Amino acid sequence: MASSSSSQLPPSVFNPRRHVGVHAERVSDVASTDFPGHYPGEDHTWSLARFKENLTVSVKRLSQRSVEFDLVGVDASIANAFRRIMIAEVPTIAIEDVFVWNNTSVIHDEILAQRLGLIPLNVDPALFSPRLPGDIPYDRNTLVFQLDIECSRGAKGAIINEYVTSGDLKWVPQGEQESVFGDLVPTATNKDIVIAKLRPGQVINVELHAIKGVGKEHAKWSPVATATYRLHPLVLLNPSKPIPPHLAQKFASCFSPGVVKVSPDGEVSIDDRHLRKETMSREVLRHKEFEGSVELKRVRDWFIYSVESEGPYAPEVLFPESIKVMRGKIAAIRAAAEALLADSEGPDAGAAAAGPDADGDVEMEP
Amino acid sequence: MNSQPSQNYGSNSGFQNAPAPRQDMEYLCADCGAKNEIRSREPIRCRECGHRIMYKKRTNRMVQFEAR
Repeated sequence: MASSSSSQLPPSVFNPRRHVGVHAERVSDVASTDFPGHYPGEDHTWSLARFKENLTVSVKRLSQRSVEFDLVGVDASIANAFRRIMIAEVPTIAIEDVFVWNNTSVIHDEILAQRLGLIPLNVDPALFSPRLPGDIPYDRNTLVFQLDIECSRGAKGAIINEYVTSGDLKWVPQGEQESVFGDLVPTATNKDIVIAKLRPGQVINVELHAIKGVGKEHAKWSPVATATYRLHPLVLLNPSKPIPPHLAQKFASCFSPGVVKVSPDGEVSIDDRHLRKETMSREVLRHKEFEGSVELKRVRDWFIYSVESEGPYAPEVLFPESIKVMRGKIAAIRAAAEALLADSEGPDAGAAAAGPDADGDVEMEP
Repeated sequence: MNSQPSQNYGSNSGFQNAPAPRQDMEYLCADCGAKNEIRSREPIRCRECGHRIMYKKRTNRMVQFEAR
């Protein structure tokens, strides 16, 4: 057990400017104030050195399919941008075209196609280019699978192929794909997803074409099961109004287990290591006897991300991938801004009224 | 996007244009699943079990869907 006095949190966390107040029926101080001109006489211009000093990224939990990490020191707009990019703009491969040759199962063709599209595939999207509408399918933009299955009755009445699962998808290599993929045979990341249930005599025979896409086009291309963040909780005890020892257990039970420590003589303290587990139920605010002795807060720029991968990406690479996408967007804006600048500074900037410019825009006569 | 089945790319077999040869229409009995032929001016009745409901067979053409 760590001593109750030594805080695991950096002291800057207790700066009230970083706090979002959590009250019984409202939240306060939601907007950030660290911008130029808000505090008279203080310098809040953005500087890379200061940003670097305050920025922290640390992984708190990592498993095969999910990761929890902290991103501290950025504005909510940036944190939210990365969350949204992880959901909607990191590309994956998913089944898009379903060619049904036969389907005598009780699942209608349309439903079957939709279910097949949602199966996450373990294919590295970097190996593929997107296939735009009208493009011809070829080995670098299309992955072909075959699902040919018939249910039958076996020995002693056993039913063979009663469940059609994602493991029944057979990859059909096209062109150079066999040598490109080698031992990494494209399949579903989870082979136990039930696509349909069959009875003896029923048949499904479909050909599937998988293409590269992003989650904003359709959720089947989203690489994450979920990507969320929450702000780091903070429970501040008022030293001038301590919790009476006989109420210590009741006080502790108002919080998530482990958040409040009660010493043998009934003294109450907050366990900073377990503070992130606090659900902020606000239960403590319902009791008159605790009024004024505790404040609930959240740290405005401390984002606890929880990302669950459900595709080809390992959970820890999803955040770097979202940064890559973000940098691509910034590069595009920069190029556009520079082109605009070069355009306005051009030799005939004033006399461009005659014809259309490079963008095809025509200056109207005054 | 919403018109399913949508167009399929290329003309891989050209079956769209070729009229299917007039063959005997076979139907499946809704009760026992037996194959039946239905001829005009004959009662619609299964030869195996006498059931009076028939299902038309599924097309043996390919149907394309978007997985959305």
